[in-house]
Amino acid sequence: METRRVLHQLFDDAVARYPDNTAVVEPGEGSINYADLAVLSNRLRDRLHALGVRSGDRVGIYLRKSIDGVAAIYGILKVGAAYVPVDPGAPAERNSYIMHNCDVKAVVIENRFAEKFRAEYERLGALPYLLTLNGTGGGRALRQALDDADQEARAPEIETASSNSRDLAYILYTSGSTGKPKGVMLSHENAVSFVDWCSEVFQPESTDRFSSHAPFHFDLSILDLHVSLKHGAALVIVSEEVGKDPLRLAPLIAEQRISIWYSAPSILALLAQFGNLDRHDYSTIRLLLFAGEVFPVKHLRALHALVPKPRYFNLYGPTETNVCTFYEIPTLIPEARTSPFPIGVTCSHLSSKVVGENGSEVVAGEEGELCISGPGVMLGYWALPELTAQGFIVDAAGLHWYKTGDIVVEASDGNYTYMGRRDRMVKRRGYRVELGEIEAGLYRHPLVEEVAVIALPDEEAGVKIKAFLSCGQAKHPSLIELKRFCSEHLPLYMIPDSFSWHETLPKTSTDKIDYQRLKEMA
Amino acid sequence: MTEDIKGTVKEYILQEFLPGEDPNELTDTTPLITGGVLDSIGTVKLVMFIEERFGVTLQAHETDPDYLNTIESISNLILSKRS
Repeated sequence: METRRVLHQLFDDAVARYPDNTAVVEPGEGSINYADLAVLSNRLRDRLHALGVRSGDRVGIYLRKSIDGVAAIYGILKVGAAYVPVDPGAPAERNSYIMHNCDVKAVVIENRFAEKFRAEYERLGALPYLLTLNGTGGGRALRQALDDADQEARAPEIETASSNSRDLAYILYTSGSTGKPKGVMLSHENAVSFVDWCSEVFQPESTDRFSSHAPFHFDLSILDLHVSLKHGAALVIVSEEVGKDPLRLAPLIAEQRISIWYSAPSILALLAQFGNLDRHDYSTIRLLLFAGEVFPVKHLRALHALVPKPRYFNLYGPTETNVCTFYEIPTLIPEARTSPFPIGVTCSHLSSKVVGENGSEVVAGEEGELCISGPGVMLGYWALPELTAQGFIVDAAGLHWYKTGDIVVEASDGNYTYMGRRDRMVKRRGYRVELGEIEAGLYRHPLVEEVAVIALPDEEAGVKIKAFLSCGQAKHPSLIELKRFCSEHLPLYMIPDSFSWHETLPKTSTDKIDYQRLKEMA
Repeated sequence: MTEDIKGTVKEYILQEFLPGEDPNELTDTTPLITGGVLDSIGTVKLVMFIEERFGVTLQAHETDPDYLNTIESISNLILSKRS
């Protein structure tokens, strides 16, 4: 498969072919065509270059999802830098850590986040340059910020960087077991090989309308953004607020005539339960893709009954490889079926194998860890060479295999079935959550002496997260106080569902917290 | 009337989302959505409860934190629907 191209070249090729097509729609804020999006991203490219950003640098994006955000992504890529998107809803402290960790040269930021970010960042080091936008929406705020900067000194026009396919394109931070998020480094080749695989399997057309449900710091956004904008299609932005509200999302999908939907299963389950889907016309949807976590079959069946026309695909893969296996859901889902569908077969641009505890390959039918090799596999974790080395096995031929941490079984037809994790990572609303990061967050509460967090299977939500705590005081913090504390120190999707207080937590004979005992207590 | 609405909503939130919590901790101004008490499923459940219990219909934009973040604002929303 040809993977010498880079992401912004795919976009520029589409601009040349479809200049007047609508590139991005932001409901309520307007839309932008390919030619205008190219102009806006080129202007940011020039401004970033004038600010000293060069090939190989990193530039942060601290914006709500918007046309401004899409233009920022391509502007950053076109100057040869890698983009680092953060969750604008996450605590400023976490986002400052991320930007400082990968040493961004500049940050494109909304003014509503700038003050807290500045205060947090200054504790860590000297601030990078902040290109501050007065809000987001329709690309107007970015255009205005560039106009303002040009008034002081016009940014000279430069050539778009002819990046190398092995250059870093973006860094996505995921939950880290030590309590600090870790940066997954993805190259242009990693992304383009995946985008090309999507082209081959899903055959997008310039008339398609893609959903952009996932936030840009989530790896599902790579398909939304770069597949739609490679093919001259329209990308319809779903705001964070609407994206989690089935009552508003259900009509939006119909009104916007989405043809390719992609999201985590959790919002699809909410839509099936609460979205009143039978009141809307979804005949334009031809592909319904989901990834990020297990889709409980009862909700999938309900959704399928309400929206029967599209082809349904379960896509599977960690951020480190993006999608690496896929499975087409059969058109008839038997009533008797309760177990989740397989994660499927390996994508054509990758290779896979299943290894046992001793690192040697196991035969079909036996459980083992899924390992992936090929052009989609990440470069490594930012500034964590040891963790990177631990993440791979190298075979006799020198080939690097990324160890997903997911335990699978291969069936006789070649499909893999997901069995569980080999570590303490769980999936929640499609996001990776390291239980250790929640524990580290709770340990920061001044009254908390001991914390242990476990995940319990749940038919509705996939998993429920339960925190066990102890404190030396007679009166422990209230539930409301704990939840508020969590919302200030952790992303919302990491807040435990329940908390329970104990005098002390149970220990093993080696004086470590006894998680097995806690599971029995739960 | 106002107290009835607030009391009913408070009781529902305590029972559904804060089991075991001291009722005195949940005040009319405790932030529910931004304070991590209600997640997206919790917000949907609360909307369904309000619609069913008080016989009102919430518009799509009224499911925002602007309207649902505190018992006070929820009560105001319900009262405005009834007037």
